[in-house]
Amino acid sequence: MSKPGKFSDRGTRRRGDTETRRHAGGLKSLPFIIALCLLASLNIAAQTSATAQQGVLAPQGTYVIRNARVVTVSGPEIENGTVVVRGGKIEAVGANVAAPAGAEEINAQGLTVYPGMIDLGTSIGLVEISSGAPGGVDASEVGDINPNAQAITAVNPHSAYVNVTRVNGVTSVATLPLGGLIAGQAAFINLDGTTADEMAVVPRSALVINYPRVSTTSFDALFNPQERNVNEAVTTRDRQLEQVRKVLRDAEAYGRAQDAYARDPRLPRPEQDIVLASLVPYVRGERPVFFRANREDEMRGAVRFAEELRLKPVILGGGEAWKIAAFLREKNVPVILTGILDLPPREDDPYDTNYAAAARLQQAGVRFCISTGSAGQFVRNLPLYAGMAAAFDLPRAEAVKAVTLYPAEIMGVAASLGSIEPGKTANLVVADGDLLDARTHVRYLFIAGRRLPLTSRHTELYEQFKDRR
Amino acid sequence: MKRVLTFVLLVALAGASQVLAQRRDTDAQETLIRNATVLTVSHGTLENADVLLRGGKIAAIGQNLKAASNARVIDATGKFVMPGIVDCHSHSMLDAVNELTLSVTSMVRTRDVLNPTDENIYRELAGGVTTANLLHGSGNAIGGLNTVVKFKYGRPVEEFIFPGAPPGIKFALGENPKRSNFVIPTQPRRYPATRMGVVEVIREAFTRARDYKATWDEYNAASKRGEKNLIPPRRDLQLEPLVEVLEGKRFVHAHSYRADEIVALINLADEFGFKVRTFQHVLEGYKVAREIARHGAGASTFSDWWGYKIEAYDATPYNAAVLYRAGVLVSLNSDSDELARRLNIEAAKVMKYGDVPEEEALRMITLNPARQLGIDSRVGSIDVGKDADLGIWSGHPLSTLSRVETMLIDGEIFFDRRQDLARRPQLEAERKQLEQAEPNRVPAPGQPSATPRRPAQTEDDGGNHR
Repeated sequence: MSKPGKFSDRGTRRRGDTETRRHAGGLKSLPFIIALCLLASLNIAAQTSATAQQGVLAPQGTYVIRNARVVTVSGPEIENGTVVVRGGKIEAVGANVAAPAGAEEINAQGLTVYPGMIDLGTSIGLVEISSGAPGGVDASEVGDINPNAQAITAVNPHSAYVNVTRVNGVTSVATLPLGGLIAGQAAFINLDGTTADEMAVVPRSALVINYPRVSTTSFDALFNPQERNVNEAVTTRDRQLEQVRKVLRDAEAYGRAQDAYARDPRLPRPEQDIVLASLVPYVRGERPVFFRANREDEMRGAVRFAEELRLKPVILGGGEAWKIAAFLREKNVPVILTGILDLPPREDDPYDTNYAAAARLQQAGVRFCISTGSAGQFVRNLPLYAGMAAAFDLPRAEAVKAVTLYPAEIMGVAASLGSIEPGKTANLVVADGDLLDARTHVRYLFIAGRRLPLTSRHTELYEQFKDRR
Repeated sequence: MKRVLTFVLLVALAGASQVLAQRRDTDAQETLIRNATVLTVSHGTLENADVLLRGGKIAAIGQNLKAASNARVIDATGKFVMPGIVDCHSHSMLDAVNELTLSVTSMVRTRDVLNPTDENIYRELAGGVTTANLLHGSGNAIGGLNTVVKFKYGRPVEEFIFPGAPPGIKFALGENPKRSNFVIPTQPRRYPATRMGVVEVIREAFTRARDYKATWDEYNAASKRGEKNLIPPRRDLQLEPLVEVLEGKRFVHAHSYRADEIVALINLADEFGFKVRTFQHVLEGYKVAREIARHGAGASTFSDWWGYKIEAYDATPYNAAVLYRAGVLVSLNSDSDELARRLNIEAAKVMKYGDVPEEEALRMITLNPARQLGIDSRVGSIDVGKDADLGIWSGHPLSTLSRVETMLIDGEIFFDRRQDLARRPQLEAERKQLEQAEPNRVPAPGQPSATPRRPAQTEDDGGNHR
């Protein structure tokens, strides 16, 4: 168990001191000062505990984490190392590192420092209660083509999922719109902040396309499966794909027209269109397109489609990616693998098909990362998905990379996230055991150099009721 | 002549029993698991220990055990042995889960819809599960009757039934029986639509059951007195199981989420004088652990599911720990073919959330659910005399990095990873062959398929397969 109370106390004292100094100069009466201090500390105490719960950004402190095993991920492990955090960044890491003056010391004897984990397949902040409370569900817009739906405009920084997820060491996520063919634009965020802007690492980080599926089964109003002729299903898929192709082509033309007009204002002024405008960076290959695709034919289709339109594809899902590993490697298309804990798709598949999928991708040299694919509730279990992959032959170090450095690379943020290196953002997890083990407790947590309380809606409910006898 | 007849009979018997004998030979055979770390769950962890299995039972546990010369010997050096996992809430094998028409469906039986070829049985075995409580769904305030099974994959359905397991019944509270989150088209809105109504449905059913029982009690008493020309009461298959509940002969497994509905059912049970054997899910149990403990009910919960509906928004992964510390018998269940494959990790989580001790965490997926189901004299721990239902794991089963190597039920192997791997090329070849058969051929990309891949629909059922 974490000890959230301990952190609150420390935070209170620190902030209280500052308050005291600020007021002490102009005031002479000792009782008055004491009374003021008391008031201030009471007031601050309330603020601090609120801070823990409402996602008000804490200051970026200077910390030195000593005597720790440091899993840098990008370099060798350091058995007895030090990590220095200052101004939101990792300032230094190594076996012999001097601490800056005034740094807060954290003795991490027996603990291990890992980079914060990253899940690229969530909808955190867009879905609060998935069933029965549509008022808090903002993941799926009406209609099929919604590239201008931006997760960053709707992500709720005060969602319970934010704290519940981060206290287990997942510090950054891509949060994805879900519905239709072009679902919208994902936001890549840190799980800390009062506003979505404060959370944003890459506010518009990827376009999410649900690659249309050839579906020969649908369900009628009575939940009875309805068989559909395969030709009809293929036609529907082709029509849907054509819909996506057309809007992407239009966006290319739109971008060219806007550029031409910008260069030469004597040209007729092209009409503004927010849908097409939102697609321009994607059709120019400046940002990745996540294709949600699981079956072999869907993934091949998505890659061909991306080639045709010169997009920068990433496969999201990738259930059968292991079957076309050589193809994906040849095309250098990365996979966000979400289905590790799904049941095998076919009844005659080996029982460990999905458990072993990550190892197969790794062996084949496919770029991949591991994701829960969970809208919210299971994102905190990301290390356990990697753990299962490790139990089925993914080398352990690779399993850790698959939830830290690899997602950072796929998201294009590896210059600042995903490993413990000087200059990178200080998203750090200090744990009392193997990151991938369900029994491990997170003891300290940093996001962007802010030390965060290990509290969440769940620890609060626990504290509230645990002693009721 | 008599001799000849005897001989003929013997030959006939031998012939008949040969099939049985073939299938049963492992029963008599001994199995010796050598040099394992044995997590007995009941009496601690034994290092470098042997477990001897004989006649489907655990015959001995200790060091340097001797087995018969023809015994199967499994070297488990560096490996872990734990009891087979007992899943107290499963819907595997069920071809139908919810009889969604009425609010009281105590007349329907899961026993009638068991599918012994459900591939999920094998997948769950491969995750360490040997016993499951197959429950009716949670669509009705009073649902159908349960079946406790052993996952003897590959056997006829009769062999799955757990012999002597006390019978049970599913109850359900909250959003599901009141149909908060779904409507069934063509069906009118059904009573109940509130938690008030759910309680009244159960009260009404038990009121009728009490009357029904009184009618039978009167009849039986009169019959016993020797009264003549008595007309027996008409049997009521809906009320009979509820009478068994009143008599303490049938366990109530009550799907529940919120604290209020848990307490409401406890109060109702007290009113009618029956016990709730387990609260299932019981996500807000941590708020009323005292009341649950006082009633004597068990709690069978998820380790960390939360937030997927309103009644799950106050769930915390600390639930199991709080209930355990309040003295409630706690188990961790799956309610899912998927999750059932990794209940070991669900157990590991309670060590993180609330610091439950290791052995208790293991009990939450073995001995505790066995006790909740009234089958703990047979399964749930590694003790001499218990059924030889156990798993051999590559490492500590609470580690994510471990996997199941071999699963035994009644001393027979029902899953073995090495055998599974060895069989794969053959299955793969068979699949290829089938895929190349004319009716299964996939059309070339861009080419319309000449024939549909599945048989064409006939007109008579409108394609509904009803």
